[in-house]
Amino acid sequence: MTRKQKRVSVIAAGLAFLGVATGLTFYALGQKASYFYMPADLATASLQPGQRIRLGGLVEKGTVERSQGATVAFSVTDNQKDVKVTYTGILPDLFREGQGVITEGSFGPDGVFVADSVLAKHDETYMPKEVADGLKAKGVWQESKSD
Amino acid sequence: MVETGHFALVLAFALALVQTMVPLFGARTGNHKMMAVGAPAALTGFALTALSFVALATAYAGSDFSVESVWENSHSLQPLIYKITGTWGNHEGSMLLWVLILTFFGALVAVFGGNLPATLRANVLAVQGAIGATFFLFILTTSNPFVRLNPAPIEGRDLNPILQDLGLAIHPPLLYLGYVGFSICFSFSVAALIEGRIDASWARWVRPWTLVAWMFLTGGIAMGSYWAYYELGWGGFWFWDPVENASFMPWLAGTALLHSAIVMEKRSALKIWTLLLAILTFSLSLLGTFLVRSGVLTSVHAFATDPTRGVFILCILTLFIGGSLALFALRASRLTAGGLFHPISREGALVLNNLFLTTATATVLVGTLYPLVVEALSADKISVGAPFFNLTFGPLMVPLLVVVPFGPLLAWKRGDIFAVAQRLMAAFAAALLAVLVTALFIDGASVLAALGVGLAFWLICGALTDLAVKSGFGTVAPATMLRRFAGLPRSVFGTALAHLGLGLTTLGIVGTLCFGTEKILSMQAGETVELSGHKLRFEGLYPVQGPNYSEDRGRFALLGADGSVTGEITSAKRSYPVRQMTTTESGIRTIGFSQLYLSLGDEGSDGSVVVRLWWKPLVTLIWGGGLVMMAGAAMSLLDRRLRVGAPSRRKAAAAVPSASPQ
Repeated sequence: MTRKQKRVSVIAAGLAFLGVATGLTFYALGQKASYFYMPADLATASLQPGQRIRLGGLVEKGTVERSQGATVAFSVTDNQKDVKVTYTGILPDLFREGQGVITEGSFGPDGVFVADSVLAKHDETYMPKEVADGLKAKGVWQESKSD
Repeated sequence: MVETGHFALVLAFALALVQTMVPLFGARTGNHKMMAVGAPAALTGFALTALSFVALATAYAGSDFSVESVWENSHSLQPLIYKITGTWGNHEGSMLLWVLILTFFGALVAVFGGNLPATLRANVLAVQGAIGATFFLFILTTSNPFVRLNPAPIEGRDLNPILQDLGLAIHPPLLYLGYVGFSICFSFSVAALIEGRIDASWARWVRPWTLVAWMFLTGGIAMGSYWAYYELGWGGFWFWDPVENASFMPWLAGTALLHSAIVMEKRSALKIWTLLLAILTFSLSLLGTFLVRSGVLTSVHAFATDPTRGVFILCILTLFIGGSLALFALRASRLTAGGLFHPISREGALVLNNLFLTTATATVLVGTLYPLVVEALSADKISVGAPFFNLTFGPLMVPLLVVVPFGPLLAWKRGDIFAVAQRLMAAFAAALLAVLVTALFIDGASVLAALGVGLAFWLICGALTDLAVKSGFGTVAPATMLRRFAGLPRSVFGTALAHLGLGLTTLGIVGTLCFGTEKILSMQAGETVELSGHKLRFEGLYPVQGPNYSEDRGRFALLGADGSVTGEITSAKRSYPVRQMTTTESGIRTIGFSQLYLSLGDEGSDGSVVVRLWWKPLVTLIWGGGLVMMAGAAMSLLDRRLRVGAPSRRKAAAAVPSASPQ
């Protein structure tokens, strides 16, 4: 091989490598990114059975039930619709009734959302940003009284 | 004192402007007096910033609640250590720490840069000053930590309980030393572009600075990972959280830079690429600062959200990344490319390393920014988490790890792949043995898990092989071998240690992910639970009063095979009344390299408590490997080649006597 051919083949190999990586990235983004919904959005969303999503809203007051063992059931609401969620595990420290929460998982055949992770990350007003934005967009946001 | 700190910060800003303009102008016009302004300006700037930082820390230590930032993030009942570390446990203070470290590195260039050509030093300090000036302005206009409150409140609002931990004393300073340390490489690259040539001293300087920054960044990330592991009570060591990615991207790019800088230093090839990589690495640090500090992302690191801050940092980002890349586009063609090499050679291996690492950086970047882009374009909110990164980052890392042991054994310029493969036979056999032992003797080991263990052993044995081959193992007499071993350059040990650390981290990750077990159950006092051969008895919940919190401490007795108590693990639900926050204090017991990890959940109405228990085999190796990598970097820094400063300083001074400002 001449020097030029060598260089071209090295560049071609590099580009092929990058091409594979790019393809993999876009495939993974299509498959693995999970969308965020509020309960009222679900009516218009077309979800595949078993598709992973993030469901966010407020933990409806008075709906948190602890059954035997470590399974917890509660409702997530956006003050328009609510969705029943079950979760097995330890709820985050910041989880509490009436506060914002994001759950990740998929719907079971009975229409109950089975979460495998529950996030209650927050800013000072105990509201995940996604949930706050969603509530604002729905016009049901109430400026929380901080301190 | 507070006003002194504020005033010192304003002065430091003004001085940073001087440090930017005067030496830059001096370098253009060849005015040595103007160029000489850079070093004293950098030193004084550092002193002023340090004064400002000490003033703020004093206000924190003394609980001066007339300062808004102290009021918001401190409490008189906090232990002193958390009062002090609280200085940077908030947006304003952490930005001050950021510029403190930036000016610290500028001062280091001023002190150790005596052997640099005068114009290069002037330009480097000017760029460093420019970065400083923008961040000083940012702090003074949008995040001033010295704002007073009148009337002064009697009591503070407490530091975020999650941050009330020793981790806060170590993680941010280490991380910033790493993040901001790359600013030196950036300044050197931009200075080289301004001058339009890459001088030999540029090549000599970039590698040690990259090593320093990389060492601290490695430590900062490892420490942050361990902190999240024990503090959050989720038992995970890495969440692919955007904020973690923000620190991981500069690390990946910095690792690539570290390797390409070797090629540049030894063979003076890849100059332009190294320069670009240095710019990109610090750009990713800036991007990380933007992601963390602007509040576009929700995370434990986003202390408060304020749109003006986000816009300001975005402007800084555009200015420096855009500016430096534009300069690169204009000037890169003037720079001369270096020596040629065969694809199968040390250089070739390092190029391959760079190809993998930069591609991996790009995938992490895409995964981190994609949700922001999607939200901006379509108002859909999506999240990109572990499944994405496992599918993209994983496949990129595995082949890289497979080729790592080959790199250091290949010769420069033209290597013999078959000879190297022959030398690695022992390491390969050890890896194969590890695969077989794992697959045959460990219950529930999948093929993938066995291969993962094999990969880790391949890396570890490969690193040892490198040392053995270079000290002539098997070819010379043992005494000669020992002498050669002791006489190996420190950087050879550095490489071997860093690669060894990588192997250990890999082993820890594989062990934890593939062989870890967990149980979630509801327990009454007196009940026992067994997990992977470890037996625990729940002794009950006991209330404990801390200085600024109260907790329910769950005590668990670790039982031996005969039922006797061999140890105790405690885990607690801690509640902080000021912020009305609860945190989980996980209980951890280290057994060998493995850990038993326990986390308390909610208390049921019947007095039972939800307990989550993990057995994490070899988990400590994940961070232990990070420490070994740091040791490798430190060892490389001690290399004689990097300390040739003394003779070359005399040479430089002799060559350009009038150019020596000090």
